[in-house]
Amino acid sequence: MSENKERLLVKGNEAIAIGAIDGGVECYFAYPITPQSDIPEYLSRELVRLGGEFVQAESEIASINMVLGAAACGKRAMTSSSSPGISLKQEGISYIAGSELPAVIINITRGGPGLGGIQPSQGDYFQSTRGGGHGDYRTMVLAPSTCQECYDLTIWAFDLAFKYRNPVLILGDAILGQMKEPITRWKEREINPNEGAEWRLTGKKGRKQRILKSLYLDEGAMEQHNLRLYKKYKSMETDLKWEEFMVQDADVIAVAFGSIGRIVKSTARKLRGQGLKVGVFRPITLFPFPYERIRELARSGKKFITIENNTGQMVEDVKLALCGICDCGFFANMPGKVSTPEDFIQPIKDQFN
Amino acid sequence: MYQDVIIAGFGGQGVMLIGNILAYAAMGQGLNVTYMPVYGVEMRGGTANCTVVISDEEIGSPIIFHPRSIIVMNQPSLNKFQPRLVTGGLLIVNSSIVDTSSVPKEKYKTLLIPVNNIADKLGNIKMANMVALGAWLGATKAVDIHHIEDAMTKMLSSLDHKLIELNKKALQEGFNIGAKKSEI
Repeated sequence: MSENKERLLVKGNEAIAIGAIDGGVECYFAYPITPQSDIPEYLSRELVRLGGEFVQAESEIASINMVLGAAACGKRAMTSSSSPGISLKQEGISYIAGSELPAVIINITRGGPGLGGIQPSQGDYFQSTRGGGHGDYRTMVLAPSTCQECYDLTIWAFDLAFKYRNPVLILGDAILGQMKEPITRWKEREINPNEGAEWRLTGKKGRKQRILKSLYLDEGAMEQHNLRLYKKYKSMETDLKWEEFMVQDADVIAVAFGSIGRIVKSTARKLRGQGLKVGVFRPITLFPFPYERIRELARSGKKFITIENNTGQMVEDVKLALCGICDCGFFANMPGKVSTPEDFIQPIKDQFN
Repeated sequence: MYQDVIIAGFGGQGVMLIGNILAYAAMGQGLNVTYMPVYGVEMRGGTANCTVVISDEEIGSPIIFHPRSIIVMNQPSLNKFQPRLVTGGLLIVNSSIVDTSSVPKEKYKTLLIPVNNIADKLGNIKMANMVALGAWLGATKAVDIHHIEDAMTKMLSSLDHKLIELNKKALQEGFNIGAKKSEI
């Protein structure tokens, strides 16, 4: 293994915070909640040291609206929380999407519904990929499965947020947030003072007035606004990302994201040891979703099973991808249960019958 | 190369610390590693455990149901994790406080080591965790001991650095016992 750059042993949460620093975050606003509090803890120290703004707000709602304000000024702004806290932020996220502002939102999920508990869960897939708040909008959703990806995808999230002027959400869970793994920092922090110069609010002196808003009352204006948003969401497909693990010769492909995506890899290796050709398809962008690639794989005759730490959410997207070609098996690992590779052996084996 | 271990004991026995040090050392040796703490409402006197996976290949699951080795520092940990250990796996037991008559010796490579007593003799019973980690290293040779020593320096707060020399001794003592006992 190459040892050019020093590796750091950090939690997934810390990797996200470090990724935010190296990705150029200037403003962070949040309210603490387990299991993601390592993020504000790290940033309260390091972001302030670098001259950034750190505010522990009075609530989740206040913090997402602070993100909106900072984003309107063209700043790289971020918030983080866990499931119930993210629910509270949904109104603000909808306004950020409607106003076409860039923002990075981290959700290190807990089990629900309601206050639930701090055990792992992937129960927020629907909320994340279908907008989450009111109105017909989407957030880009990135799902890391290693601490290195927590770092890499957070950096990417800021670039995507500005590329599309849209909120980008990172969806992780307690397994990923709390586990430690080595990461390599590859990006130097740099702040581009001209970012968003063509739309950000800086005071109109010497130029035409700019308005950033999500209110469209004139006849036809909202229709045009939604059409523009729709086209933007479609265009995000140029940034689709996924990982294929031993799928080439696989008879059965397990589709799983995030922490479950990596746990299933161990199951696949075990089953390969028993002579069963199993592969893993791991979507990294959950919105946009890699429908077309899954369809391609299905056309080559492969069978599918979706495995999630919820009662069946991403499986709907996989079924949409497979529509008219084949069906998809499903295994639900209940939110609150910590999955092990052994849990998935029988459900995958059953697909061979 | 692949090795995994569940380290379990009472909160306060330092099982999370040795898991962290092991993970850090494995990274220092250029290997892939994951460290997974049990998380929940942990407190001193309660039970605590962590899982460390070390490999020269990509690591899939950081969570292991059937570990290849376990270090059990107290009775509840033996009861909980011994049935999950793979046949032929390495079982390191703190025989100072665990009822050794309840330890199955046939199915596993079992090392009964009075780590509390050994640490106490060396000058501080709190180093029982280091003795146990040393024994695991002696038996598995998964990570070089000097990487563990580096990890101690890097991971412990400078206020605790005065304790490192003694901890190195505890580690070495455990290593010698682990290496010797696993030869038999």
